[in-house]
Amino acid sequence: MTTNNTAIQAEALTKRFGDFTAVDAISFEVKKGEIFGFLGANGAGKTTAMRMLCGLSIPTSGKASVAGFDVYKQTEQIKRSIGYMSQKFSLYEDLTVRENIRFYAGIYGKSDAFIKEKTAFLLRELHLEGEANKLVRSLPLGWKQKLAFSVAIFHEPEIVFLDEPTGGVDPVTRREFWNMIYKAAESGITIFVTTHYMDEAEYCNRVSIMVDGRIDALDTPAQLKKTFEARSMDEVFLKLARKAKRSGD
Amino acid sequence: MRTLRFLLQKEFRQIFRDPSIIRIIFMMPSIQLLILPWAADYEVKNIQLSVVDHDHSQYSRQLVNKVTASGYFRLQDYSGSFTNALQQVEHDEADLVLEIPADFEKKLIKENESTLFMAINAINGVKANLGGAYLRSIVQDFNREVRLKWVQLPRFNPELQVAVTASNWFNPSMNYKYFMVPGILVVLVTMVGSFLASLNIVREKEIGTIEQINVTPVKKYHFILGKLIPFWILGLLILTIGLTISWVAYGIMPAGSLLVIYSFAAVYLLAVLGLGLLLSTYTSNQQQAMLLSFFLMMVFILLSGLYTSIDSMPNWAKIITRFNPVTYFIDVMRMVVLKGSGLKDISSHIFTMLGFAVVLNTWAVIHYKKRS
Repeated sequence: MTTNNTAIQAEALTKRFGDFTAVDAISFEVKKGEIFGFLGANGAGKTTAMRMLCGLSIPTSGKASVAGFDVYKQTEQIKRSIGYMSQKFSLYEDLTVRENIRFYAGIYGKSDAFIKEKTAFLLRELHLEGEANKLVRSLPLGWKQKLAFSVAIFHEPEIVFLDEPTGGVDPVTRREFWNMIYKAAESGITIFVTTHYMDEAEYCNRVSIMVDGRIDALDTPAQLKKTFEARSMDEVFLKLARKAKRSGD
Repeated sequence: MRTLRFLLQKEFRQIFRDPSIIRIIFMMPSIQLLILPWAADYEVKNIQLSVVDHDHSQYSRQLVNKVTASGYFRLQDYSGSFTNALQQVEHDEADLVLEIPADFEKKLIKENESTLFMAINAINGVKANLGGAYLRSIVQDFNREVRLKWVQLPRFNPELQVAVTASNWFNPSMNYKYFMVPGILVVLVTMVGSFLASLNIVREKEIGTIEQINVTPVKKYHFILGKLIPFWILGLLILTIGLTISWVAYGIMPAGSLLVIYSFAAVYLLAVLGLGLLLSTYTSNQQQAMLLSFFLMMVFILLSGLYTSIDSMPNWAKIITRFNPVTYFIDVMRMVVLKGSGLKDISSHIFTMLGFAVVLNTWAVIHYKKRS
């Protein structure tokens, strides 16, 4: 069912918790190397959908494949081919920059030589050579987020899932962060990103908007604006999100 | 294996970088073992005695002298009014009132018998019980002396007398420290094994790093082993420090082999680590884990036979003590340290502990899996 050009494919993917349908039969396809924006108000079901795709949560029904692997049976292979960065800062604050990189690379099974070479490259790239042996706790938030993203793609995954990666970060750093995302996409990594910033939605190749567990719109930002007769993504989002019956968290 | 190596490396780095853990490892055993055994002593001393002497005779003074010379009592007051003495009990200044009636000496000599009255402040049950018993035995002793002096003994003793002599096996001088120190050490090892481990795991949940680990190819058993192994080692480290302290400070050298203690501890730690893991699956933040730990620790200590004898507990409590891992380790410690028991003697304890380890760990792993 997956062509060589597809990174993620979902068909009627559903997750129910008791009577509550968190994700209601969503279908979409993400192409390789694409930056795919996954938008929705709080409580719309974005995180649940993402958790299913990452192999953290088993779907109730529907089909999905990530990097060509089935989300029901092949979660181990999926975990091996993806990177993940959550909205909660997920590096160890009481380890140094270098130790964090080494740890995450190590548990993905990377060789010592690979880790050593790539760590040096990464530190140079992030201008963190001077901070390599400092505890992550002592870094400013913006740097932490950039480091977390770099660590999430350090093991060269096919797809990286970013769950509100730029929350609480200043505009300059957000800009730099998006430059990093572009760079990663250029190198062939598929980016699956959720965000609340509508200017960031404009940076995506394609955007889907979730309302009450369903995907109500899916297209390029330009096309979406045309369809909904809006001047900005902000307006598109507001027009759709206003229909929501569920309240946010 | 390589994954586990990375996990262990990370865990040890975090543990030894955390000043509070270092403090717990070195300060907690030192403080608990150096201070607690002195305070946690079953002997009751310094019982405040108030004597009400209506007699003011030679005998009454002799009796009071004898009581105070025993070393257990402190003469708080020597007055002539019982109301006065009772008031002192009310103000918690006296634990015991000994009332000597007005014609104590006269009756004793003429009628061959006399009565004394004892009022005991029973707010502190242990003190009242033991204090009363001490005083009774001193009075009995006094009684015998008086009789020897006054009563003409017949040539043959008409009464058969059974004299009892006792010797305390395994702890000849009845040194309470020999008894308490190994027990306190067990509590320490338990706290490190279960509660530090559970706090550590729950912390990862709280920070969110556990979520990050869950999306990596790290298998659950890798993660669990990565948590259990460091705390297993830490538990044995605390045991070593504790044994050293009890040797240096109290001269306690186990009569049995250290190897026996360590073999049991190795299995015991598996069980309490399982408990720690279980706690962490049932709690979602450190506060909850901490409160639950406090509750469990209280139950563990009070129902372990550390302070009170299990044999004197009611039957239902005895049954509970059998489900308390601490009970077994305290038992083993006392057997090995005082009696010199070998592996054979404690084999049933080891097997029971293995059972605990299997049940607790399986339960924890099953419950841990259910969550995702």
